[in-house]
Amino acid sequence: MNTKSISTSRPRKLVIHETVTSYLFLLPFLLFFVLFVIYPMFMCVFTSFFDATMGREDIFIGFENYKRLFADKVFWIALKNTMIIVLVSVPVTCAFSLWVASVISKMPVAATSVFRCIFYLPVVTGSVAVTMVWKWMYNNYYGIFNYLGTNMGILDKNINWLGDPKYALGCIILILLTTSVGQPIVLYVSALDNVDKSLVEAAAVDGATSFQAFWKVKWPQMMPTTLYILIITMINSFQCFALIQLLTQGGPSNSTMTIMFYIYYNAFKLFDYGYGNAMGVILAIIIAILSAIQFKVAAEK
Amino acid sequence: MSNKQKTENENSKDKIYYVLSFIAVLIIAILFTFPLYWIITGAFKTGKEINAAAPVWFPTEWVVDNFSRLMGKRTAPILGWELGNITIGAATIPGALRWLLNTVFMCVASMLLTCITSAMAGYVLAKKRFFGRATLFTLVVCAMALPKQVILIPLLREMNALHLADTAWAVIFPVVGWPFGVFLLKQFAEGIPTEMMEACRIDGANEWRTFTDVIFPMIKPGVGACAIFTFISAWNDYFMQLIMLTSSEKLSIAVGIATMQGESSTDYGLLMAGAALASVPIIIVFLIFQKYFTKGITMGAVKG
Repeated sequence: MNTKSISTSRPRKLVIHETVTSYLFLLPFLLFFVLFVIYPMFMCVFTSFFDATMGREDIFIGFENYKRLFADKVFWIALKNTMIIVLVSVPVTCAFSLWVASVISKMPVAATSVFRCIFYLPVVTGSVAVTMVWKWMYNNYYGIFNYLGTNMGILDKNINWLGDPKYALGCIILILLTTSVGQPIVLYVSALDNVDKSLVEAAAVDGATSFQAFWKVKWPQMMPTTLYILIITMINSFQCFALIQLLTQGGPSNSTMTIMFYIYYNAFKLFDYGYGNAMGVILAIIIAILSAIQFKVAAEK
Repeated sequence: MSNKQKTENENSKDKIYYVLSFIAVLIIAILFTFPLYWIITGAFKTGKEINAAAPVWFPTEWVVDNFSRLMGKRTAPILGWELGNITIGAATIPGALRWLLNTVFMCVASMLLTCITSAMAGYVLAKKRFFGRATLFTLVVCAMALPKQVILIPLLREMNALHLADTAWAVIFPVVGWPFGVFLLKQFAEGIPTEMMEACRIDGANEWRTFTDVIFPMIKPGVGACAIFTFISAWNDYFMQLIMLTSSEKLSIAVGIATMQGESSTDYGLLMAGAALASVPIIIVFLIFQKYFTKGITMGAVKG
């Protein structure tokens, strides 16, 4: 009774006090967040209804940018390539990281840590440095892929990896994979450490093989981690840009054109801001829908 | 009897599987380190070894020729701040070093600002009940799930309007506004017992003192994770740097090296020297602080 009267007589004053101090603490962050994240997000949607370029006022054109977008052949190619990248890299990244994590998490702590670092290296190295060395490795004449391929008898003659529409996208995906498994491995190792040990032991007592214990006991417990990994990997794959810009510029003949690179090309090479923004909006909607679907599927399980 | 035999059978099967997958992981791990090895050795190879038809797996002689060409490419003033008629730091250094300095500045400034703003905001979001909290938190989570690069077009126009384009601040501010740090430090601050804050209130400490003397020391590991995470992501935030920075002496090391690639795209010795300069410093930082870093990744994901 006494506690109740305290919690009902003080709140108004307390809530106001707490709200004022809270916002004072939030102020520095909110300043940056609103100015450089929320406002541009809003402007991205807003400007997509305008014909916007450098050095003149934006002209309102309604849904013209979107109409143009759906009629743009290159956009559909870019969308198709982006979907290929996502559909290949998301499952492969997830499965590969789960496997690596399950192997290295059984090692002594120091060894786990070494392997975790190694798989994280390509992320830390940075996309520019990584891209440059891969470009050299893929090179038609001096690259080690062609050297090893021809000398080991796998290839008949040198392949122009990045210059051939048949291989270019695959080459990009391979680099993307090496730069995207780092974070999922870290997450899976920690998720495997946090699995309820008593359940695993109980399963072992009941005669479950370690394989069964993994899929029946550990895997369901790691579902939230898997969901998170699926979503971040998907977002990263959708945003694949540096590799394309530095290696192929979308070519040869649009075979590596992705939405992100096409946005960049339209906005920063042709200065067609409104059109670029419309594409950005569509990209964000696609990502939001796919995330929601993944959430739903995961929630049902 | 048969049951026991079966488990033994299973055990040995497990062992074989484990040994085989260990070997596989080891081989893949070696392949993962190869690009870095190729960058570093390539940076010190002679032109002849770089362009040899058969790859030279280990340089027979280590030369710094690639680095001297990299440094000789262009020069830039060390600071070049103009105050009226006086220029501070007008002494020239190789352009590549200036890019490195620029990058370090951007990373340190992003890191400091992010840590301060995120610690304050994360603490409040975790521990205070105030009007609009739920809405703000939803906004933070939604912003994080959206593709960051999509907002680059409006961001560039905004920076142009604010006369910040082509300055380091155009790269720094959006990094600080990105809510990952807030999210991360909220997770850490949630571990603080509420009695702790009650005790401070009873002792008569004001809100700010409570934060600096009690809360901040308690979330220090989180701040460390946030710092290293921000530093590394700011270093590698190539797309943002590419869009925002244009003049040669203002570039970051990543954009600078990428520009050089456009000029001499087949001089792999030079490019590897540049790649080494862009990546080795950040790799060293990562290796020193990797414990905090992994902590940051896992804590930032708990409730993804």
